Amino acid sequence: MTLPQFTFLAPTSLTEACALLEKHKGKIKIKAGGTDMIVRLSHRAVKPDYLMSLKKIPNLDGISYTPGEGLTIGALALLREVDLSPLVLEQAQMLARAAHATATVQIRNMGTVMGNVCNASPSADNIPTLVAMNARIVASCGVKEREIPIDEFFLGPGRSALQANEIATAIKVPTLAPQSGVSYQKISPRSKVDIAAVNIGAMITLNDDGECQVARISMGAVGPTPLRARQAETFLLGKKITDETMAEAGRLAAEDAAPISDVRASREYRKLMVEVLTTRALKEAVGFAKN
Amino acid sequence: MKKELITLNINGDDHEIAVHPWRTLNEVLRDQLHLTGTKLGCGTGDCGACTVLLDDQSVSSCLTLAIESEGHKITTIEGLAPEAVANSNLENCELNPIQESFIAKGAIQCGFCTPGMIMSSKFLLEQTPNPNEDEIRAGLSGNLCRCTGYNKIVEAIADAAEKISPTK
Ligand SMILES: Cc1cc2nc3c(=O)[nH]c(=O)nc-3n(C[C@H](O)[C@H](O)[C@H](O)COP(=O)(O)OP(=O)(O)OC[C@H]3O[C@@H](n4cnc5c(N)ncnc54)[C@H](O)[C@@H]3O)c2cc1C
Ligand code: FES
Ligand code: FES
Repeated sequence: MTLPQFTFLAPTSLTEACALLEKHKGKIKIKAGGTDMIVRLSHRAVKPDYLMSLKKIPNLDGISYTPGEGLTIGALALLREVDLSPLVLEQAQMLARAAHATATVQIRNMGTVMGNVCNASPSADNIPTLVAMNARIVASCGVKEREIPIDEFFLGPGRSALQANEIATAIKVPTLAPQSGVSYQKISPRSKVDIAAVNIGAMITLNDDGECQVARISMGAVGPTPLRARQAETFLLGKKITDETMAEAGRLAAEDAAPISDVRASREYRKLMVEVLTTRALKEAVGFAKN
Repeated sequence: MKKELITLNINGDDHEIAVHPWRTLNEVLRDQLHLTGTKLGCGTGDCGACTVLLDDQSVSSCLTLAIESEGHKITTIEGLAPEAVANSNLENCELNPIQESFIAKGAIQCGFCTPGMIMSSKFLLEQTPNPNEDEIRAGLSGNLCRCTGYNKIVEAIADAAEKISPTK
């Protein structure tokens, strides 16, 4: 369907872009790859007077790594680039797995990881791993920059902690502590190319005795925002990691999940899958932590 | 509202056109430039019928703004067999090897998905010159076909790969 009419803006600096956001507050929308935004426009879910593309702003693309600090994924880094980035594969291969699990070839050639995060869909493929890895979102209003811990970024479906005049410029993913591992698990009605019915990101850090020092588990598509499996995380702390403790963590994660029934899956199925996928994610993460 | 004058580089030729900023690349290709080889199916990124290459990357033209395509190299299905298009003669002219394999292997029924399938195949074979069956199927993850059941398309792509980059 033809898109609704808008004035197109393509600022060439961050300062200019943020000034436009301020000036046209309430009447302007941001587009990166546009794979969510153009669909929303086409469905008339939004009808902004202004559509502002980030594509002409310098220094928002690229993926870099600083030893001791971690990865920086620029706002315009495509899903495809994160999927194939040697840096990502070396430092945080589960981010590449999540990017690869997102959408189709064409959409991965267009869409950004940041767009997936800012779209703030509860089922977004790239969010659980970023939550598990305790990422931070860098937000800029053109003059000042701040870092938002990802745990504080999601306020509701489609709602983030960004202010109306802020642009998210990068995702910072801290380097994993020694003896840590990460996993991303997803299940969807069609085996491929589908929005997740449930997805889980998990990170675990072990001590020399094989006990859990840190556990972060993020559950997608089972609440209005991605949820932390707090009971499971607390239960694991200080425990020796065995098949039994991981199975119990899965059971506790299902207790924390608050899914609804919809076209993709029923509430009951989602709860069961949270249990299965959490246990599976922990097993894989522990495997990496031990190597 | 005012139209913007832009230059689109399509299949090697520059086209200077006036477009409204809300026009998609798909609309401009089909309705303004009459390059109707590129199809419009769902209009929401799901079916792949509108696939074109932008700087050699496969994208959905239905989700791409024409105005943002300026400065990029656009390749459509017409660009794969320029001679055939120029002569409007499909009998005695050279097609792209992927197109030939699609015909030879019976991978075309109604043909609506075919241009998109072929553009996705082209991108796939550029990334992965000798794909195995799983890689072919993954490469077509963004293209739907309601007729063929996909098997013939997978065979056609394997056949084209062998012609373009022989393994034996
Ligand atoms: C056919 C199809 C299949 C899909 N499949 C999946 C799937 O399997 N899994 C999945 O998770 N998603 C899927 N998606 C959704 C979408 O492709 C992803 O969310 C994608 O990562 C969005 O990135 P984008 O750059 O295209 O975002 P855009 O559409 O450009 O933006 C998305 C939202 O984020 C905002 N935004 C973007 N960048 C910034 C920024 N830097 N600062 C502030 N706000 C910003 C925009 O205003 C908009 O609200 C699919 C979409 C389509 C069309
Ligand atoms: S028409 Fe563009 S993907 Fe269906
Ligand atoms: S041949 Fe008819 S849709 Fe594919």
